[in-house]
Amino acid sequence: MSTATVSDLVSQPYKHGFVTDIETEKIPKGLSEDVVRLISSKKDEPEFLLRFRLRAYRQWLQMAEPDWAALGHPRIDYQNIIYYAAPKQQEKKASLDEVDPKLLETFEKLGIPLSEQKRLSNVAVDAVFDSVSIATTYREKLAEHGVIFCSISEAVKDHPELVEKYLGSVVPGNDNYFAALNSAVFSDGSFVFIPKGVECPMELSTYFRINSADTGQFERTLIVAEEGASVSYLEGCTAPMFDTNQLHAAVVELVVLDDASIKYSTVQNWYAGDENGVGGIYNFVTKRGQCRGDRSRISWTQVETGSAITWKYPSCVLQGADSVGEFYSVALTNNYQQADTGTKMIHVGARTRSTIVSKGISAGHSSNSYRGLVQMGAKAIGAKNYSQCDSMLIGDQAAANTYPYIRSQQPDAVVEHEASTCRISADQLFYLQSRGIGFEEAVSMMVSGFCRDVFNQLPMEFAAEADKLLALKLEGSVG
Amino acid sequence: MLEIRDLHARVEDQPILKGVNLSVRAGEIHAVMGRNGSGKSTLSKLLAGHPAYSVTGGSVLFRGQDLLELQPEQRARIGVFLGFQYPVEIPGVSNLEFLRVATNARRVERGDEELDTFAFEDLVRERLKLVQMDPAFLERSVNEGFSGGEKKRNEILQMALLEPLVAILDETDSGLDIDALRIVAGGVCQLAGPDNATLLITHYQRLLDLITPDYVHVMAAGRILRTGGKELAVELERSGYDWVDQEVA
Repeated sequence: MSTATVSDLVSQPYKHGFVTDIETEKIPKGLSEDVVRLISSKKDEPEFLLRFRLRAYRQWLQMAEPDWAALGHPRIDYQNIIYYAAPKQQEKKASLDEVDPKLLETFEKLGIPLSEQKRLSNVAVDAVFDSVSIATTYREKLAEHGVIFCSISEAVKDHPELVEKYLGSVVPGNDNYFAALNSAVFSDGSFVFIPKGVECPMELSTYFRINSADTGQFERTLIVAEEGASVSYLEGCTAPMFDTNQLHAAVVELVVLDDASIKYSTVQNWYAGDENGVGGIYNFVTKRGQCRGDRSRISWTQVETGSAITWKYPSCVLQGADSVGEFYSVALTNNYQQADTGTKMIHVGARTRSTIVSKGISAGHSSNSYRGLVQMGAKAIGAKNYSQCDSMLIGDQAAANTYPYIRSQQPDAVVEHEASTCRISADQLFYLQSRGIGFEEAVSMMVSGFCRDVFNQLPMEFAAEADKLLALKLEGSVG
Repeated sequence: MLEIRDLHARVEDQPILKGVNLSVRAGEIHAVMGRNGSGKSTLSKLLAGHPAYSVTGGSVLFRGQDLLELQPEQRARIGVFLGFQYPVEIPGVSNLEFLRVATNARRVERGDEELDTFAFEDLVRERLKLVQMDPAFLERSVNEGFSGGEKKRNEILQMALLEPLVAILDETDSGLDIDALRIVAGGVCQLAGPDNATLLITHYQRLLDLITPDYVHVMAAGRILRTGGKELAVELERSGYDWVDQEVA
């Protein structure tokens, strides 16, 4: 493969990098108690929520940015960020026909049609643009089953008792630096409530879009599955190409009661910066689920391909007896991307089980670390964990690390860990090519073979999507 | 079909081929023999387009087309096949899927329609018999954990599916026990026909007992030193390569 061809392919543009030209209401840059109060008043929030925000803000002021991850970036200037930006349209519209056509067009361009005729047939979508949710589809159909799917702002208005009961109950306002920041300034996100015994009749999904420059996105997602309920939820994310870094600090909380299950899938494709590492999203996310009930189940599947920096550890607190936690991850880094990602499985209850399958692919000059904790508490009798962490290196400039932490206070618990590292070799590529398989296809065959165990966990509609996304991201990275 | 003229090539700064001339017509079987380091493996990989070798002079025409300017995958699609001496293992990629994608790439180039998974399974099961392979091989990753003999049979299976016009078999006999050698040689003989050509790169006479070549070439120091009929291979077997050294010196 000639060098010219390789560099042509590297410059493959990020196809979600466009900016929607729409009038936006922004508050001035910077963070203070007044800004927190302003966000809360803009959203006309009840007193309990303002108190939650202010408490988190004051705690955040006392905290320091964590520095233990294998990541390097210039200091983030928190006073140089806009904490609230919303397209100018007063209320969230009751009907999609009233939503600004430019917004509908934006989502259509991203492959997320919101209009009635073109909707994805069995997926309900909440579309979040900068700081606010602009539309949620299939709400009425879901309501017939008692399922609540709306933006968190609407949930605060319509179901304040549920929000007050569960918000911050899994990830407290002072959990960590970025979670505290999010708790103080979060502007929107999705809320899902599946009542007792209900199996959610369709896939739910939220699509997050950052549009404005200099704006941070701080969304908050809360999903509650009552006894015997189940739901599969997917989030997708993209952003325009700006040459400045933008902060994304989200919090996701999952609560699962007896015999209930939540399957949470993510396809993260935030703008990753250019081939020299300029621009891109700083993605500092706290995701945690609590298996409160017996025999409850949480499954995290993530495909992380974007962002200049990814700092995220979707975790499970396995409290109920016989509860199950799963984490399936593909993290791909190229150019100068950095990812420090993994999970925490906190085994509290008896006979709790967890599975971790992590696949890291590093190309270009990128760095990709798996960091995971498996903790067996004193009462986790008969608990079991199995972890498998595989890394694939492409080229000779990329780095892969694995940091597994194991803490056990329960001699009866079983923890198994396997790890491997491989490299796509020129000989393997030549072999496939010499059978008529093109260079790009050869790479993507090998990568998707490597990721198969994780892709199999994705909802069907998205598995093929993920495969394509990875192939696109890797174009030209092997030379 | 294949015209190699005054071919010079090197790996890094090391010249390996120093003026190879070889002409192969449809329906012919050629054997290229020589010691390790004589350049015969380089010749085979170069014809398939291995990126480690750079051509410094000469030309290769395949049915009148300049082969050297094509990417490896394009050479395969138009009917040039290299059977590897050491087929690599490709974990995670299913052998069946690999064979299907490869077969379809060649079919599309020939103007045939692509085979779906069902039609392809029928075809591959039929071709498996040629190399007496168990269908269980299809479910495994490409060459992963295959024995030496299984890898070589998988190469011949690929050849049977791709139906190349020129098959270059690089030391296909190495590392095979006598039964595996018979199966592999039997496969090659069955696939050879009036419309295609075979180039056997080999060290030993024993493969040529099973596949009778029309021409035998002796390679040394990056050139073809002598060309003859099958009796040349027999002579080599008897007298060894010492005379070659004298001639080169």
